[in-house]
Amino acid sequence: MLKLDEIQKRLLREVADLHEVPEGAYNIRSNSQSAGRKSTAHIEITPKTDVSGLDIRILPGTKNESVHIPVVMTQSGLKELVYNDFYIGEDSDVVIVAGCGIDNCGPQDSEHDGIHRFYVGKNARVKYVEKHYGSGNGKGKRILNPGTEVYQEEGSSVEMEMVQIKGVDDTVRTTTAQLKAGAKLVVRERLMTHGEQNAVSTYEVFLNGEGASADVVSRSVARDDSYQKFDAKIVGNAACHGHTECDSIIMDRGRILAVPGLEANSVDAALVHEAAIGKIAGDQIVKLMTLGLTEAEAEEQIINGFLR
Amino acid sequence: MLELQHISFQVPDDGGSEKEIIRDVSLTVPDGRLIAVTGPNGGGKSTLAKLITGIEKPTEGRILLNGEDITPLGITERARLGIGFAFQQPVRFKGIRVFDLIRIASGKNISISDACDYLSSVGLCARDYVDREVNASLSGGELKRIEIATILARKPSLSVFDEPEAGIDLWSFQNLIEVFRHMRETIRESSILIISHQERILNIADEIVVLRDGALAESGAREEVLPSLIGTAAAVGECERLDPLKGAKKPC
Ligand SMILES: Nc1ncnc2c1ncn2[C@@H]1O[C@H](COP(=O)(O)OP(=O)(O)O)[C@@H](O)[C@H]1O
Ligand SMILES: [Mg+2]
Repeated sequence: MLKLDEIQKRLLREVADLHEVPEGAYNIRSNSQSAGRKSTAHIEITPKTDVSGLDIRILPGTKNESVHIPVVMTQSGLKELVYNDFYIGEDSDVVIVAGCGIDNCGPQDSEHDGIHRFYVGKNARVKYVEKHYGSGNGKGKRILNPGTEVYQEEGSSVEMEMVQIKGVDDTVRTTTAQLKAGAKLVVRERLMTHGEQNAVSTYEVFLNGEGASADVVSRSVARDDSYQKFDAKIVGNAACHGHTECDSIIMDRGRILAVPGLEANSVDAALVHEAAIGKIAGDQIVKLMTLGLTEAEAEEQIINGFLR
Repeated sequence: MLELQHISFQVPDDGGSEKEIIRDVSLTVPDGRLIAVTGPNGGGKSTLAKLITGIEKPTEGRILLNGEDITPLGITERARLGIGFAFQQPVRFKGIRVFDLIRIASGKNISISDACDYLSSVGLCARDYVDREVNASLSGGELKRIEIATILARKPSLSVFDEPEAGIDLWSFQNLIEVFRHMRETIRESSILIISHQERILNIADEIVVLRDGALAESGAREEVLPSLIGTAAAVGECERLDPLKGAKKPC
């Protein structure tokens, strides 16, 4: 049923930890085609008819189920725009694994722009994992522009883990979220850029109801000549709690711009922003060298830990 | 065996001239021995440890490990030759777990239960610590004990401890003495150098070296040197010294 070559399988392992067909509902998209799809009794995946993409409907009360929707691209010069909409029923508790791997050995740019919209019902819990990975030594760039929109009903909770560690040349990530009363959003972003890569990550989180909370934390490493921009804005429109944090290691000739943004439109909004950018502390490297590592090995351990 | 031959270390000072932090220090740490280095704060003890481990390079003199001249070697090479160093101020790492650090120290793919053994040896309840990150959530005393555990895991032929007692409470201090006593009894072809102000630690040393203003003020067998130090800043009872504020003596 799944016809994937070795490179495509490797990409799937990198972005979705998939070694074989996943359990639960899934759709695997390979070079703009569906390479396999399965719905379950509680989770229905249907292709959109007007544009490219999927509708994923999760019935209310669905517990401990997962949806995998990885994307792999191995054809140089492919450019696609995909809309995936998630309708997550009340009181459900699910894990959604997305992610995109691009292998580009050719001369032309390959680009995947994925727009994900989440409509999260009352008291539903979602864990969303999205990994990006690029490989291949072609001159063509590997470009990923994920757009994420989250609409959270009362008492819902969304935890997002976004990881991009290797091989993506250009990223503009845009995430917006609207939270009603008692809703909770946690974002953990981990990013490493190298070579001439560019990564821009923009968040706009609106805390609209009483007791809503958001915690957006980015850990990143910029090496070589790469550039990163982290722009996180939280808007507090009610009695709420918001926290954003950008913690970055800068190396070589890397550049990082962190833009803190807090807007309180209610006297009971409590908002905090933290940002720190710096090179690896010299004493950390020295310590690991006294344990027998070379300077390069020490740096690698420190970065691996930092991005864990 | 470690030999320091006429080691000096100078740094440029603010006025553009040279400041001599270590002055013509010669010292031998024979195999199977525990040497304690003591002396007033600012005397150059930590600098001496950094010179031995390669973090600083002497401006004069030679350092020999088991007869081999290691003066030109860097930190990594010296570590691989068997020099281990527990920092006076252990380093914190975001994201690196206690287990990772002990595994790196051991240089092998050790199991969790091996790592736990090292933690238990330094009096830490291993299960509570292996998965913790070596970050700001650990107290100074916990960090110091983890630092010692990494040396136990590393099994160096020369172990250098810089004020291992600092920040450790009285109860744990008891345990620490046992750790060093045990190390002292089990070393054969390896040796230990401990920088300390603690009378109880000086008490288990074979030899004591007093460093003052960067120079050797005294050195010799424990029995000869220790009596003259008792009650001075170089050797104090644990009740006084374990106060976190350095030098602020508090009665028990
Ligand atoms: N790299 C350096 N540059 C300038 N001064 C230093 C340097 N390293 C140490 N010192 C100075 O040398 C003296 C000895 O320091 P240290 O070795 O830390 O003493 P101790 O460990 O005995 O308290 C202190 O006055 C300290 O400020
Ligand atoms: Mg010192």
